[in-house]
Amino acid sequence: MRLYPHLALVKDVPMTNPARPPLLEVKNVCASLGGADVLRNVNFSVAAGERLGIVGESGCGKTVMGLSILGLASSAFHLRGEIVFEGRNLLDLPAKAMRHVRGREISMIFQEPMVTLDPVFTIGEQICETLRTHFKLARKEAREQAIDALAQVGIPAPAERVDDYPHQLSGGMRQRAMIAIALACKPKLIIADEPTTALDVTVQAQITNLLVELSEKHGTALLFITHDLGVVAETCDRLITMYAGQVVENAGIDDFLARPLHPYSSGLLRSLPRMSKRKTALPSIPGRVPTVAEMPAGCRFEPRCSLAQAPCKAEQSLLPAGEARKVACCRYDELMLPGVLN
Amino acid sequence: MTALVLSAARRPVDLMILLDWRGRLSAAFLLAMILAGLAAPLIAPYSPTDQDLVNMLMPATVDHPLGTDDLGRDVLSRLIYGTGASLYASFLAVAVATVIGVPIGLAAGFFGGWLDDIISRVIDALLSFPGIVLAIGVTGALGIGLTNAMVAVGIVFSPMVARLARARTLIVRSELYIDAARCFGSSSYHVLRRHVLPNILQPLLVQMTLLLAAALLAEASLSFLGLGVQAPAPSWGAMLARGYTYMEIAPEQMYPPGFAILLTALAFNVLGESLRVVLDPALKAR
Amino acid sequence: MSGAALRTSAWRGLQVIPVVIIATLVVFLLLQLVPGDPAITLAGENATPEQIEQIRALYNLDQPLLVQYGQWLLNAMQGDLARSLMSGEDVTRLILQNLPPTLLIVTCAMAISLAIGIPLGVMSAIHRGGVLDTIATALASVGIALPNFWLGMILINFLALQNNIFPATGAGSLLQDPLNALWYAFLPALSLAAGGVAEIVRQLRSALLEVLDSQHVRTLHAKGLSPARIVWQHAMKNVSTTLLTVTGLLFNRLLGATVVIEAIFAIPGIGSLIVRSAIAKDFPIVQGVVFTMVLLVILGNLIIDVLYPIFDPRVER
Repeated sequence: MRLYPHLALVKDVPMTNPARPPLLEVKNVCASLGGADVLRNVNFSVAAGERLGIVGESGCGKTVMGLSILGLASSAFHLRGEIVFEGRNLLDLPAKAMRHVRGREISMIFQEPMVTLDPVFTIGEQICETLRTHFKLARKEAREQAIDALAQVGIPAPAERVDDYPHQLSGGMRQRAMIAIALACKPKLIIADEPTTALDVTVQAQITNLLVELSEKHGTALLFITHDLGVVAETCDRLITMYAGQVVENAGIDDFLARPLHPYSSGLLRSLPRMSKRKTALPSIPGRVPTVAEMPAGCRFEPRCSLAQAPCKAEQSLLPAGEARKVACCRYDELMLPGVLN
Repeated sequence: MTALVLSAARRPVDLMILLDWRGRLSAAFLLAMILAGLAAPLIAPYSPTDQDLVNMLMPATVDHPLGTDDLGRDVLSRLIYGTGASLYASFLAVAVATVIGVPIGLAAGFFGGWLDDIISRVIDALLSFPGIVLAIGVTGALGIGLTNAMVAVGIVFSPMVARLARARTLIVRSELYIDAARCFGSSSYHVLRRHVLPNILQPLLVQMTLLLAAALLAEASLSFLGLGVQAPAPSWGAMLARGYTYMEIAPEQMYPPGFAILLTALAFNVLGESLRVVLDPALKAR
Repeated sequence: MSGAALRTSAWRGLQVIPVVIIATLVVFLLLQLVPGDPAITLAGENATPEQIEQIRALYNLDQPLLVQYGQWLLNAMQGDLARSLMSGEDVTRLILQNLPPTLLIVTCAMAISLAIGIPLGVMSAIHRGGVLDTIATALASVGIALPNFWLGMILINFLALQNNIFPATGAGSLLQDPLNALWYAFLPALSLAAGGVAEIVRQLRSALLEVLDSQHVRTLHAKGLSPARIVWQHAMKNVSTTLLTVTGLLFNRLLGATVVIEAIFAIPGIGSLIVRSAIAKDFPIVQGVVFTMVLLVILGNLIIDVLYPIFDPRVER
């Protein structure tokens, strides 16, 4: 893993381009399961070609958010709000129109490459199938494109691997194949849900770099969902932090690393291991995510927050905090939270 | 929940509470059948073997709610007495299967090695026999009669029990507490008896319930073929056989025993599936 | 077939040998289950001492059990299953004569089971919890608890006796008039198939539900495939091995159940043969039929084992 302080040198691009309309806009999305709020008024947008990270602990609702964009969340979730993609609200789209978006306009990469590929079809068949679903292609053409796609994701000897079954490939190779499937139709947006979590550490970096490289090459926007702030720091332009179903901070990556505005973001940042300080205990955030029954009415992080005061008992909404930044904390202005870059 | 399930093996009342409504209904129905079978002499209006050649193959009347058979015997009474024979047959077969299957499966799973290899091969081979055909062969050899027929069915079912007992023993054996018990110097017998057996009982109970249904159907088949119950004793299968003989003149004769078999087998199966949901969460029923 | 697949098949063929040996040993030991001296059993109760000694020598009954078994197996493998105690007929010939009607109704019953069971199971899984699923699941529960010979009696009563649509009993010759033979086989096959349909619906439904809930099916949705394609191409190929296994078990079960069905429909098959012989204590025939049936099942299982790798690339060796 890299040393995070180097990142400031690498990342020096403008965070948003206000002239371009966002590719994807998530507006006030709420999801409930039974009586429980899984997502609450989630707002964010992704510009064309932008790489946005969604960070949070497991159970914060980030995976449901990702699945909801493509309408893949379990039907047990009750969804409200709008998810606008190129002017269309995906939540209202009829099933057939939605299928033209899936895999063609927006595609998705999942966490466990061991179980997310169909075990009884070859890699090639699975890529060709996507291509032939969305384009009029002869079998032979589709196969050639599939081999190309495998080559692009760095699978050696793609002309042979194309006839392999998933179980014949290693975890890293399978995830590359999964990326090849996702990229086959040159979508405008790729949602990657913890794409490296199940992989070996050495392979993780390769896959992350591959995603960045391909996103830059094709101008594909990337929505990178992960619990690993380090990976986001390496790959994304912007990030949003989610806690208990809410977005608590939305910031450009450099601003965020320099000075997180939300105490939870800061806590996440400080719990990252660093090479400079050895043999000290890693700071962790005390307590745990509240259950549905104990969900506070005000700021949801308040019970775990060491900086909480009386005003925090009120509900916090995501408000602008300077240029291209938003935070859901009433005390952000008074606090000087430590980042990694200082 | 877990505590309740664990105690359920000892307290059938707790088990009843955990079952869904289908399971409870089936259990109540089966309990009623067992009581009817036991109390047959008290509740049956007539003797099952009293002939009345004047009133043969009569349709249902007030005196004979289900009519009379080809020898003028009361069908309802024969049905009630047949309950006892049919349920006795099912329980006998499953008991034989358990007594043979469990120790063999336990031994194979627990000791492993060449013993397991041999036993597993024998189980595979025995499961290759169409059940009822082997049962007919064994009955033919042991001699015709209900008890022999059901011992044969039990022998035929025993590899299924052994297979499950073996699989479950393998799982339990790998659990740490067995090692812990061994470390304290317990004998194999003690470990098997005190630690392994109680842990495989619950899935076995599920399988035994399902096998009761299969045994009931096997009894019906064998008695129908004349290899089981011998005249004039009543059993549902034997009643169907007589109904078959007189089918052209009195087709309604085949319905009382047929429905009795169907409902009882259904009740055993439904109860088994409900038990599985409660006792065997690993094999969740969908 | 590739070299690897061929080796796989050969290996599976070899694995069958111990099963065949144990199964035939069981068939052989059936005679030992009979209380008393096997020689007297075989010679009949009214035999003279000379006849008994003759039988003892003929069947090597004075030899150790293992030698007897070896001799019996050797003969059986050469098609010599001894002679009927009653008629003196050659058992092998008798079985071969009676085999076609049995195989015909079992094959027809398998076909009916698959033809009805597969669509019903798929529909049930797709519309999980819906009306169709509830009905199909309930029918499957009844089908498994239903004595198939009773269903046969009901079918005879309604479709043959009261309405003269099908013949009530008997069998047609497959060689002389195949259509007529199928016509005769229809009701028996239908009675047999009830349990088969039920079994296929249950197993297929449960396997499909598991696959449809799996993560790789979510990937297929994410790729934009239609639900129909996901079910019929992907999910079905995923559950094909389950279907294959169930079909194998079904063959075993139907072969057993046909014994009673043959009795109901008066079909001159090997089922009727074994029942008649078991009641008459004609042990060579009983042994012969059990032997034939177990060999058929083992052969069926072998075919299925060889087919597995075609349907599931993960099955190897």
